[in-house]
Amino acid sequence: MNNENTIKANQSAKPYVAETPWLDPEAVPFIQIKGLSKQFDDFSAVDNVDLNIYKGELFTILGGSGCGKSTLLRMLAGFETPNAGQIIIDGIDMANIPAYDRPINMMFQSYAVFPHMTVEQNISYGLKKDKLAKAEIATRVKDMLELVQLSELAKRKPNQLSGGQRQRVALARALIKQPKVLLLDEPLAALDKKLREQTQFELINLQYELGITFVVVTHDQEEAMTLSTRVAVMDAGKFIQIDTPTQVYESPHNRFVANFFGTINFFNATVLSTDPEAQTLTAQLEKTGTQLEAKAEGRFSASDEVTIAVRPEKISVSQERPEGDHLTITKGTVEDLAYYGNRSVYRVRSQSGRIIQVSAQNNQRSEQLVLEWDDEVYLSWDSSCNVVLSE
Amino acid sequence: MQKSSRFVFSALCFGFAFLYIPILVLIAFSFNQSAITSVWGGFSLRWYTALFNNEQIIEAALLSLKIAATSATFATILGTMAGLALTQIGRYRGRLIFTGLIAAPLVMPEVITGLSLLLMFVSLQELIGWPLSRGAGTITIAHITFSMAYVAVIVQSRLSSMDQSLQEAAMDLGGRPTQVAFDITLPLIAPSMLSGWLLAFTLSLDDLVIASFTSGAGASTLPMVIFSKIKLGVTPDINALATLIIGTVSIGIMIASWVMFRQSKRN
Repeated sequence: MNNENTIKANQSAKPYVAETPWLDPEAVPFIQIKGLSKQFDDFSAVDNVDLNIYKGELFTILGGSGCGKSTLLRMLAGFETPNAGQIIIDGIDMANIPAYDRPINMMFQSYAVFPHMTVEQNISYGLKKDKLAKAEIATRVKDMLELVQLSELAKRKPNQLSGGQRQRVALARALIKQPKVLLLDEPLAALDKKLREQTQFELINLQYELGITFVVVTHDQEEAMTLSTRVAVMDAGKFIQIDTPTQVYESPHNRFVANFFGTINFFNATVLSTDPEAQTLTAQLEKTGTQLEAKAEGRFSASDEVTIAVRPEKISVSQERPEGDHLTITKGTVEDLAYYGNRSVYRVRSQSGRIIQVSAQNNQRSEQLVLEWDDEVYLSWDSSCNVVLSE
Repeated sequence: MQKSSRFVFSALCFGFAFLYIPILVLIAFSFNQSAITSVWGGFSLRWYTALFNNEQIIEAALLSLKIAATSATFATILGTMAGLALTQIGRYRGRLIFTGLIAAPLVMPEVITGLSLLLMFVSLQELIGWPLSRGAGTITIAHITFSMAYVAVIVQSRLSSMDQSLQEAAMDLGGRPTQVAFDITLPLIAPSMLSGWLLAFTLSLDDLVIASFTSGAGASTLPMVIFSKIKLGVTPDINALATLIIGTVSIGIMIASWVMFRQSKRN
């Protein structure tokens, strides 16, 4: 670690422009997980998963409680022994390496700051266990305290710290060992909303500065979206989709992933025809018979039953029939509306009787509501916003 | 409002009076000049002088303290080990049974504990020739047996309320299992070990029944001496002795609660 650089933490929230090693077939993954499984009694917590994480990534594993994400993290850290499979980090198989010898450190959800030690003692613990020279420990602890802005609190005990400060102690304690991989278990869950947003950017900056590979486990989709280079969505011990945050949001592979990230409207439809060259298809909605176009890879063919998914913010709402090419248009009545200031959410009952949720920016200044209950409206969206799901 | 608080206050006074008047009377009479226990003859320290000249009592007191200190120390070591085994070694078959078994001596009638220990000592003597005679040694062993259960329960409750990830964090930072035990686990359970030791010490000092069963001809603990003297009638020097014991126990309790208070403040 270059101390000169790390002390001057980058204060501007510079976006982490990741390269995309996962698209490069030549790239060697930094963490390779192969066929990893873990059973507790009859329950399969992690079920034969494969995963490649590349150096310098901020990789997030996202899922609800009990999906196996924590077990996976604990296997990486060495607290659980897999029933099958392999974990390879930087070319070394971790199978016979105990937790205390792994080049990995972890920030625990509870932070696990040692209550009987001062901030300084907490941070220096790992270096003392490595039997480093006293002078080196002292300088590194000093630098780390400055990096996480805890210099003034060095002699305090954890019970004299706020939640955010304890989180920084936990982070500093893990980072000072200069691990190859830092594991973070729900890093922001214990902080209040304001502090979360601030800490989120600090974490990204820190990761950018230090270039350490971060693996984050969380159940909070917003946290996953803002932090990560890539997100792995996990359910019932398996990965459902591994992609960048934008891909996961805009091109979910199935209903589960689509639902996990924000709200989305689903329509049942039948494929009428496909155009393999343009990679588009035409489908007919089940109830209204409305025909629409959508982008889709070649995996669909005519008369397939599919689900068309559209995000609420992609839909425009207007009282006059909109004109334009490639538009999907449907008519409905405003049944419910919620005014949030910056945007409004409408629940519109379409002619087929189903509810379509629309989220509209309030980009005009008006003290009256633009639309009222029971207004007749047209809903329209560009056909490129149609996501075709097979399940 | 006023009325109910007056009622609460008098209830409190009655409660405390019920608890403490007998003890206060005893302390007062330990300073009584008169030899007749129930008649106040003026202030005097003569019974304290008599007490310190009574070699039998002094000897018994010293023996009791020795037994209490030794048994409390061993009980703390064994009890801590039991507590660790019951909370730290993951989930294993029959853990619930072991947890129940460790707590059983807490509710076992002393007479039964004493009798069973006596039977064990007698049959051991016949089988392997040890212990040669019953006395301070056998009393100590008996006291370790029942007081380690108390220590185990105290340590176990502390350990199970402790954040398990503290030990994992220490291991994650490079601590070997033994280092983690000395760096993290022991410092965190030290206060409960101390209160366990104090409890074991007090229990041992206080015990009459088990000591009577497991003692031999030579060794008489303080409670045994007091009990045998009382059978011949209460002499005022026993009041003086009791006052000293109350003083010692109060100081012990104050230390123990101070330790507990500091611990709870820290967490």
